[in-house]
Amino acid sequence: MKNVRTHLSSPWASFAAIILALFWTIPTLGLFVTSFRPSKGINTSGWWTVFTNPEFTLTNYSRVLFEGRGATPPLSQYFLNTFAIVIPSTIIPITIAIFAAYAIAWFDFKGRNILFFTIFALQVIPLQMSLIPLLQLFSGGLHIGTIPIIPSFGITGTFIPIWLAHTMFGLPLAIFLLHNFIAQLPRELIEAARVDGADHFKVFRQIVLPLSIPAIASFAIFQFLWTWNDLLVALTFGGGKREIAPLMVRLAEMTGTRGGDWELLTAGAFVSIIVPVAVFFALQRYFVRGLLAGSVKG
Amino acid sequence: MIEIAARQSQLEQAVSKLTGLGLTIAIFALLVFLAFSLAERTSEKIQRYLKYLIFLIPAIAFLFIGLVAPAFRTIYLSFRDARGDSFIGWENYYWAFTQPEILDVLKNTGIWMLVAPIASTGFGLTIAVLTDRMRRPGLVKSLIFMPMAISFVGAGIIWKFVYQFQPNEKSPEIGLLSQITEWLGFVPSNWLLETPLNTLLLIVVFVWIQTGFAMVVLSAAIKAIPDEILEASMLDGASGWKRFSRVTVPMIRGTVIVVLSTITIGALKVFDIIRTMTGGNFKTSVIANEMYNQSFRALNYGTGSALAVILFFGVLPLVIYNVWHLKREQSERL
Repeated sequence: MKNVRTHLSSPWASFAAIILALFWTIPTLGLFVTSFRPSKGINTSGWWTVFTNPEFTLTNYSRVLFEGRGATPPLSQYFLNTFAIVIPSTIIPITIAIFAAYAIAWFDFKGRNILFFTIFALQVIPLQMSLIPLLQLFSGGLHIGTIPIIPSFGITGTFIPIWLAHTMFGLPLAIFLLHNFIAQLPRELIEAARVDGADHFKVFRQIVLPLSIPAIASFAIFQFLWTWNDLLVALTFGGGKREIAPLMVRLAEMTGTRGGDWELLTAGAFVSIIVPVAVFFALQRYFVRGLLAGSVKG
Repeated sequence: MIEIAARQSQLEQAVSKLTGLGLTIAIFALLVFLAFSLAERTSEKIQRYLKYLIFLIPAIAFLFIGLVAPAFRTIYLSFRDARGDSFIGWENYYWAFTQPEILDVLKNTGIWMLVAPIASTGFGLTIAVLTDRMRRPGLVKSLIFMPMAISFVGAGIIWKFVYQFQPNEKSPEIGLLSQITEWLGFVPSNWLLETPLNTLLLIVVFVWIQTGFAMVVLSAAIKAIPDEILEASMLDGASGWKRFSRVTVPMIRGTVIVVLSTITIGALKVFDIIRTMTGGNFKTSVIANEMYNQSFRALNYGTGSALAVILFFGVLPLVIYNVWHLKREQSERL
């Protein structure tokens, strides 16, 4: 009995698993197929009829991506907004988090452990607890009585509040995951460098950062998917401005107001899905690693 | 002519957005670079303090301004009126636990917390066990896992189309669920309007996404069961079901509980699915959606904050459990 697991493999288990996988895929397939059908066909016959009666078009995509409607820009603009939100909202928290993770793991100071557990616990404070105060801070600054402590900077209506909010909400998980990784780097490696006269800045730059690339990649995928797919933060901190609204805000709005235009909704939804799914399949290994580090060990 | 002008201005907007993006990243990189290269030039004595300022203080400042201070302020606001001007005691909480609409919201949140984690973990465990007995599970796992990359908004649209109902009796159904119902000889209905069925249909969307998460984590736990234990159970002649219930499940119990609690936290905070699929109408609203409505539609910061605090206390026991679990694992490792 060399390989007990292969021995246990059974055709019935495979069959059941494949059926479930098909069942899981059909809804997405329906959306995908529908997005390529002419609008008349979509509303008069089910998408499953294309297998006997195929008829396809790219019009839905060109319409939804490039044709605006009155004051509403086409989806390509929202697509750009999503990029403009996602990239800084991924880079900034990772940078700040990896600094903090290094400090908590390798600086000697009192209360290190308490700080680490506090940050871990912050992870699960619901976003909702921060929305109103942060929105007030971003739009009005901070006052005690009438004395301004932090000015408002006039950032409302720009991408900046969305970046800052994503950074704040992403930090606890980022610090937690990166700390777990950095704390396990071999002690000799870091101490040897310290003895040779390298300061913390040098050790971080030359040893810790290059070794941490896999952990950074794991978290980067999380943060990327989370900010790309986010609706609540963009809705709250975007202030309903079309110029900075990302894809998700527009799509949610479209389902409300144009719920029957399936040719536009399906094409739009597919545009919003394709990037994260591509990233996900390309980097699945890192994603799974991060997931396991975050939940099984956590 | 107008169309060309519109295209032109779109292009201009795109260029200006991309420039802004590039500039932001460049400025941020420059700041980090400057901080480091200046810090490395200072003496050891200064560095002893400077290292905290550069490595630790930014994170602590962000966490304090973004999470800790707002949490306290939200608690404070929950005892004040709509504009936060005057103290009104427990009135907002009294409102939340007596208003019939809000009681419906709390009831729905309860259903979500109960059904969603059990269903997701159940499906995830089933698939993890099945794929563990497959020779090449890669594709099956990827297909089940894929919805995790899809947004709740995207998933909402996918499933809204599945639930689509054709009110005109003469036209054929275009939603898959309605068509299957018809094929089975029943009469389809306007699914998302039927309370309490609609809440369950929304939960299906969430389960469809979270099953992948449960599967991956549980699958890793099953793989970690030592081969000797499985061999021993086989030699003892344990059947498939017995092996599952007496060996596999007890061995991965800790992981199952963590998966359940993680998904429960997610179910408590669900917002996007409700917003996209029903907008919280037809008695499908949940606490996170109602919190948004109260705060940013009705502009009542008092009731909105009270709902956020209620949500927080719903999550709290799960957080305490997770922290306790982490501490225990860390002490086991030492």
